[in-house]
Amino acid sequence: MAAVEVNGLTVRYGDVLAVDDVSFTADAGKVTAVLGPNGAGKTSTIEVCEGFRSSAAGEVRVLDLDPANEQRALSTRMGVMLQQGGVYPSARVGATARHYCALYNRGVDAHELVDRVGLGARRGATWRRLSGGEQQRLSLALALAARPEVAFLDEPTSGVDVNGRSTIREIVRGLAADGCAVVLATHELDEAERVADRVVIFDRGRIVADGTLAELRRGHDEIRFRSAPRLDLAALAAAIGMIAAQVGPDEYVVDAPPHPKLLSALTAWLAEQGHPLVDLRAGEQRLEDVFRRLTAERDAPRERRAR
Amino acid sequence: MSRLRAQVAAEIDVVRRNGEQLLLTLGIPLMMLVFLSTVDLLPTGTEEPIDFLAPSVLALAVMSTSMVSLGIATGFERSYHVLKRLGATPLGRPRLVAAKMITVTLIELAQFAVLVPVAYLLGWSPSSPAWPAAVVAVLLGTAAFAGIGLVFAGRLRGEVNLAALNGLYLALLLAGGIVVPFAELPRPLRAVAHVLPSGALADVLRDSLGLVGTRPGASWLVLAAWALAAPVVAARTFRWD
Repeated sequence: MAAVEVNGLTVRYGDVLAVDDVSFTADAGKVTAVLGPNGAGKTSTIEVCEGFRSSAAGEVRVLDLDPANEQRALSTRMGVMLQQGGVYPSARVGATARHYCALYNRGVDAHELVDRVGLGARRGATWRRLSGGEQQRLSLALALAARPEVAFLDEPTSGVDVNGRSTIREIVRGLAADGCAVVLATHELDEAERVADRVVIFDRGRIVADGTLAELRRGHDEIRFRSAPRLDLAALAAAIGMIAAQVGPDEYVVDAPPHPKLLSALTAWLAEQGHPLVDLRAGEQRLEDVFRRLTAERDAPRERRAR
Repeated sequence: MSRLRAQVAAEIDVVRRNGEQLLLTLGIPLMMLVFLSTVDLLPTGTEEPIDFLAPSVLALAVMSTSMVSLGIATGFERSYHVLKRLGATPLGRPRLVAAKMITVTLIELAQFAVLVPVAYLLGWSPSSPAWPAAVVAVLLGTAAFAGIGLVFAGRLRGEVNLAALNGLYLALLLAGGIVVPFAELPRPLRAVAHVLPSGALADVLRDSLGLVGTRPGASWLVLAAWALAAPVVAARTFRWD
């Protein structure tokens, strides 16, 4: 049994369908990223898992408990990082860590915990004096105070600078290495790509893809390059034996594996025509490309209908 | 036990770190006590103003701590998602409510430890004070005002809640039968003040501590009714996030 099992979950706010028949699982020892644009239903889904929100339909089990009715039992084993807030503005870093370590009572040392998230020099600072990134790290520390078996982190790196991000990523990876099932909501592809073992992509309340990063990228090899605007695509197709599509003002994609012969034909043709080569990428798509492709596939039929 | 203690410590820390709370809970009652007893401003109807003011200011102290201080802090905790975050810990709602009640009681003890000696220094000499009755009145008043504060905190957002509770505090202080005697209030206002928790608490405290209350029997009933009704309404209407 997976640490988190979501089956047919539906969440409504009045007439608005925020989450529409969503199913996925998250395993112990893995980081599962719930990825999607703002308003895709990530937070609603996570809040049902945390026991804050009730569902309109579907079943959710977290550590084999029902979060809506067994939040207390779950709370001793669950780490939570809210999307924002959670700490009184005048509360100090050190005192807040001690407070939560005592509430969870799981033998976590508050002093070490503050050091671990890199706030050792900010122990006496109040929440309102912390930068956005420091607040996120303190919130993460409070989730760690539970010594959690499952952790729900909602946008842990939003508003965090580069150094803070790497600290947070290290801690998240460390949590998973200790056997915790980490579920992390993010709208940043880059973040999901760097930290997740598995990605569940949300778009407008539904899951559009679910798998390991390798699975999501597999079978979608392409050659993507930037050159002059308005290339003669017919001539190019004749030269390389493949059809290229223009996807940006000066960006083109050939839907093919990165075979050396194909690449040399492409660059030779560009050279003959005297066109520049601004950028060239070949092989597996990045998560960003997967995401664009998946959300574009959903949009396409709608637009056709609209016309 | 350790969870409850940790929560009480956190609650006290919030009060201690917010200067305006200290001003409200201790500064204003103390100033009223000293100022109004030395400057004969109020028509207290007693020979020595302090005999009227001392029990009245104790009622004010209870109202400021259990209604305003508790209500404002809890309202902001809701706005800042503090209550939500605590909801995901093993603390539990009963223990959170208990921690808040303990904190309010501790602050009231501290208020009384300052206000009562100062009143005596200012010449207060209540004849045959009934302290046990006063303690019961304070407990009932605390329940009533905490209930009212939490009704506001459970529905209004931080700043709106802050303004509403401060406004209510001022209204009850002036027209609610606390520092202005019932006899001095205009007749319609007097009838209202008698059924307000502020007027009822002040009346029974004055009656217990050296004076004869305006209508102590009715005031005890009014106070008990508020002490029962307000927390029930708060529990039924409170929104945790």
